[in-house]
Amino acid sequence: MTETNIRFIQGNEVCVEAALYAGLDFFAGYPITPSSEIAEHMASRLPALGGKFLQMEDEISSICAIIGASLTGHKVMTATSGPGFSLMQEALGFAVMAEIPCVIADIQRGGPSTGLPTHGSQGDIYQAKWGTHGDHAIIALTASTHQDLFRMTVEGFNLAETYRTPVILLFDEMSGHMREKVELPKPGEVQVVQRLRTALPEGVDYHPYLPREDGRLPMSDFGGRHRYNVTGLYHDMWGFPTSDPKIIHGLIHHLVDKIENSVHQITHYKEYFLEDATCVLVSYGSTARSALHIVKNRRNRGEKLGLLELQTLWPFPAQLVREKCAQAVSVVVVEMNMGQVVQEVKKAVDRPERVFLANRVDGEFITPTDIKNMLRLIQGRGV
Amino acid sequence: MSFRNYIRERFFPHIWCPGCGHGIVLNNMLRAVEDLGLAKNELVMVSGIGCSSRISGYVDFHSLHTLHGRALAFATGVKMSQPNLKVIVPMGDGDALAIGGNHFIHACRRNMDITAVIMNNRIYGMTGGQFSPLTGTGLKATTAPLQTIDQSFDIAHMATASGASYVARTTSYHFQEITKYLKQAISHKGFSVVEILSPCPTHFGRRNKLGSAVNMLEFLKDNTAQVGSKALENNPELIERGVFVHKDTPEYCSEYERLIQAAHKG
Ligand code: SF4
Repeated sequence: MTETNIRFIQGNEVCVEAALYAGLDFFAGYPITPSSEIAEHMASRLPALGGKFLQMEDEISSICAIIGASLTGHKVMTATSGPGFSLMQEALGFAVMAEIPCVIADIQRGGPSTGLPTHGSQGDIYQAKWGTHGDHAIIALTASTHQDLFRMTVEGFNLAETYRTPVILLFDEMSGHMREKVELPKPGEVQVVQRLRTALPEGVDYHPYLPREDGRLPMSDFGGRHRYNVTGLYHDMWGFPTSDPKIIHGLIHHLVDKIENSVHQITHYKEYFLEDATCVLVSYGSTARSALHIVKNRRNRGEKLGLLELQTLWPFPAQLVREKCAQAVSVVVVEMNMGQVVQEVKKAVDRPERVFLANRVDGEFITPTDIKNMLRLIQGRGV
Repeated sequence: MSFRNYIRERFFPHIWCPGCGHGIVLNNMLRAVEDLGLAKNELVMVSGIGCSSRISGYVDFHSLHTLHGRALAFATGVKMSQPNLKVIVPMGDGDALAIGGNHFIHACRRNMDITAVIMNNRIYGMTGGQFSPLTGTGLKATTAPLQTIDQSFDIAHMATASGASYVARTTSYHFQEITKYLKQAISHKGFSVVEILSPCPTHFGRRNKLGSAVNMLEFLKDNTAQVGSKALENNPELIERGVFVHKDTPEYCSEYERLIQAAHKG
């Protein structure tokens, strides 16, 4: 860490610094635009810290390698973008099922397919939630400024370790490549959660999949004193495969409930001028910067515009959105996709017919002017 | 030897068919571990999906039963993050060479100290007898009802060309060789590959009219010969058994340790 702690760096580099701050010491990845700088900075930072950097043969092996490393007790991450994230989906499901903490940074680009490698998008919101098969819960976070990007990256590691789950950081190309000022906190300034490890001595029957009363499952490092089985199959409390309907029922509910029942602890957001807003903008990631600009601008002119900036996208904070939009005549979701979070907002609010979408999907950043034009249309004033 | 020391009885009975070659592999794998005097806590077994992959659950080591074809990728993470652990990866045909083919050649190239045990039964057993990249031509499988026209890989040669620093091949019939080669492979510092031709009487044998499990083992006895043997000289059609490669090549985790030292000095 530099002496001043104030840096002018890319979002991708902020992500690296935050991961190291959170205690990451193992990274495996495969280069893909616009995430490659994360791998590059990891490669130069980790050896000096005694950590491990691996460039794997593809994205599939990258996520598999970090899952393996997490099991030996390390804090781990991989980074990628849309196509690479698609390749990781099967192993993502494995980490969900086997309850292995890990962090996946997805620096979103335009899709589908190879799409727009050097242009931003927010098109992977649904992929993060539903890319892997089967029912499951997931945690996905995002941020609009470098300062928040730091905080949410650390939070991603904290949540992964707390809930024994993969956490996805859904940043985007604009954030990843943009440079801006960030103040790196000193050690101890931001809370860092350590994995809960079992205190059971050797020889005592350890149940890796038996939750404590508070729902947390103490882990034991591979190579440590307890030998147990880890599998992607439905398994009992020892980790042994099972097809017992009662156990399957219990496990799937546990996997979903441990996250869905903790929405309040997992939800992060920011709000601006919501107290009396008749029109609420809902946005997230770099797009929220344009939304905030327009809100401040209009407030100067006396218009009752407010912004709800989401930082937790999954589990979707439906209750929060419902409350914050309760008084609004209209709700406008600003995002760079064909309408993903807008669907969740519609499900959350009492009057979905009042929810509109202000989007842009051509690879260009959505500007305050774009949003302004959209607002005029929604308000029936023409462009 | 007492098997009870090494297996998880809670996991039994095992899923393998009577006559399956995998049981012989498991037996001799445990012998190798016992002969080497390894502590159970220093062993990690990582497997993918398939009949052979179930081995990882039956043994009382740290065990990781992963995704089809990805065992070596998971194992790479385990070994790299904790290089003092011994990592053994049992795999089947598809696991190692079809869906996992890319991981396999890169694991050979990287030369990380991992032992890959490939149980080559020339068929996909668990999914019901479809042909594999190791089946070879002119045979029958559920997805080749007329006959296979796909050529097969030669694992030993592929591993050698890809940079594995220990490569050996034997069969379920030659069980003492299994123990011997596995001991060499596990002790070897680098990526080691032990291919074991292992009969699947249920799907490969029955469909191709190869007789009983015993007949299939006898086939392995009669149609293989040691590398460099007179028998092989006289009949080059025989399948070679033995050690193909055993060399010192810089091992990945040790090389990375050098990078860490250099970074500290720099
Ligand atoms: S199907 Fe074949 S490989 Fe699988 S257990 Fe039966 S005999 Fe063995």
